[in-house]
Amino acid sequence: MFSLFKKICTTGIVTENYKAAYDEELETLGIEIKRRIDQKFAGSLAIRQVDAGSCNGCELEIHALNNPFYDVERFGIHFVASPRHADILLVTGVVSRHMQTALLRTYDATPNPKWVIAMGDCASCGGEFGVSYASCGKVSNVIPVDMTIAGCPPTPLVLLKSLLALMGK
Amino acid sequence: MNFHSDFLTQLNEADIFVKSEDISPNLELWQIDDKHWQRFAELAAEKKFRWAAGFAEQSGEQFYIHACFEKAGDYILLRATINVSKAEIPSQATVYAAANRSERHTHDMFGIQFLHHPDPRCWTRHKAWAKHDHPLRNDFPVQGFPVEITPPDTDYHFIQSHGVGVYEIPVGPVHAGIIEPGHFRFQAVGELILNLEERLGYVHKGTEKIAEGRTPESLAKLAGRVSGDTCVSHAWAACMAMEQAANVEIPKRAALIRGIFAERERIANHLGDIGAICNDVAFTFAFMQMMRLKEMGARTNYELFGHRSLMDKIVVGGVALDVNEAAAKFILTDIEQLRIELAEIMPALDLNSSLEDRIYTAGYLSPETAAHFGALGFVGRASGQDFDVRRDAPYAPYDSVSVKVALEDQGDIASRFWVRYKEINASLKLIEQFIGQLNELPEGDLVTNWQTPKAESFGLGIVDGWRGEIISYVRFGENNTIARFYPRDPSQLNWEALEKAVLNNIVPDFPVCNKSFNCSYSGCDL
Repeated sequence: MFSLFKKICTTGIVTENYKAAYDEELETLGIEIKRRIDQKFAGSLAIRQVDAGSCNGCELEIHALNNPFYDVERFGIHFVASPRHADILLVTGVVSRHMQTALLRTYDATPNPKWVIAMGDCASCGGEFGVSYASCGKVSNVIPVDMTIAGCPPTPLVLLKSLLALMGK
Repeated sequence: MNFHSDFLTQLNEADIFVKSEDISPNLELWQIDDKHWQRFAELAAEKKFRWAAGFAEQSGEQFYIHACFEKAGDYILLRATINVSKAEIPSQATVYAAANRSERHTHDMFGIQFLHHPDPRCWTRHKAWAKHDHPLRNDFPVQGFPVEITPPDTDYHFIQSHGVGVYEIPVGPVHAGIIEPGHFRFQAVGELILNLEERLGYVHKGTEKIAEGRTPESLAKLAGRVSGDTCVSHAWAACMAMEQAANVEIPKRAALIRGIFAERERIANHLGDIGAICNDVAFTFAFMQMMRLKEMGARTNYELFGHRSLMDKIVVGGVALDVNEAAAKFILTDIEQLRIELAEIMPALDLNSSLEDRIYTAGYLSPETAAHFGALGFVGRASGQDFDVRRDAPYAPYDSVSVKVALEDQGDIASRFWVRYKEINASLKLIEQFIGQLNELPEGDLVTNWQTPKAESFGLGIVDGWRGEIISYVRFGENNTIARFYPRDPSQLNWEALEKAVLNNIVPDFPVCNKSFNCSYSGCDL
């Protein structure tokens, strides 16, 4: 037990300070916001992540948001296990046709008001996979999208700045 | 040619005549008559060959059926040719359980019947295309015939169980965590898992079909996205296949850099998964520490090479950028730092009795079951499967170093956990050796000039990714375009082993069992 506490103490706090991206910065970061979150809902955000046909690259970077450097929960952002608890659907990947109904049902199961973020090149524009017999392409081909984040995959920093900008923080 | 000459003799005695051809030092193409397909598998199984991959392709009015076998680092690519008008061949899944889902995939994609296959259900196909359509046939358009909303696949017949107190838990495709989609069907009594059935295919994105007609550069990009956590190794395997087809040898410097990238990828994923296993048993200290170390590695990648997970850094013919002296020094300092950190953290994990309580004996995969399903990578190596492509069928740069393979036979979560830790240490040593060799080389070309391969030429790239052996098949068509691409991710075999490893565990232990395998959905569904 001693070694565990010693490591906690010697590691210290590695969490870094981040601010939301300025409007002009959004474009350079590849972030496009179509509809911001109403101020009264922006205090805390519950996110349900849906992989609709991603390669798992985006998921790794979403995981990174929870590491001690970014510590996303301090901004009131947390990931939830059910769409019924969610304010935001964070969708990654092209929407594979085999996931189309699952995504539509997840969208329907999310209570209003809700926002949809299409994360990564595949989700926002089709990326390397595009539209085919197996893929519906970008997320907005299937459900309405409120924000897109470019990148393959977007870095956790860009992702964090996007979320803060969406909340108007 | 001593390449398994006794096996050839035995095949001849069984009236199976083999037309063999050298492809590379440890790979031969063996062509046999389709009617002997199953008999060959029986004889190969007797000889303890491992079934490694299966895939088909169409060439005009014919299908080539392939199966890849391995023994002691020697690979055989077996091929039979059948007519499209009579698309059937005896199944090898009756002999090799590992061939089961692969043959079902081939059936769904090509409409090839595998006679006497033990499981007639579809696998990759849900409802995105009709039963009698086959997306990988030449006459199937890449856009297919989609309806506006693809219905869910509700007709799949899961194994049923009856009896007092037996119940069923359906899970997925949308899971509770931040993970890929797939469906799990549990049969349970109380908390005990009686049976688990996986139903995958949800992230089928048509990877094989959209690869057709691409340029080599474009295929390397696509291959890097077969499974996003394995972008280096998948791109490497695909590039190796293309380079073999075009007879292009990559510069020594490029090989060393590929090695450094691949080992960095291995370390990052192992660190993340060791942390995630701890997280699944609510041991937050280890989770946060490991995530911190993983992040530091990703930041080093970003700073030195411009991408956190090194996507698109492996290009056909070599690598996209150099590891110069300054970068090499940076990496070496990083390695020292990581060693110090791990030396502080791992004893705290080793001594933690609640972690021990959850991961020892849970998720047991016996060496026999692992061999039966051909389990690969750390999953196989934690269950006594002593195989590593880097050591047993070495390719540059691993042919210039000695690769130490971590091996255990305890087969539980703890074993996979510690094998991964040992692999991190081995990878750190490998990177140091590669950098040592790199420093002795003069600065030079990073990419060999590409030569357009002849139409119909093919290659088989075999590399060891962090999940284990990746086999990538590429055939060229006319004018430097890709005619066929098939990547076999190690997950395809490990998924089936997972179904067996969770038996008789309790349902709440499934997440940690699953995490200890961490199979790829995307790499399996394609």
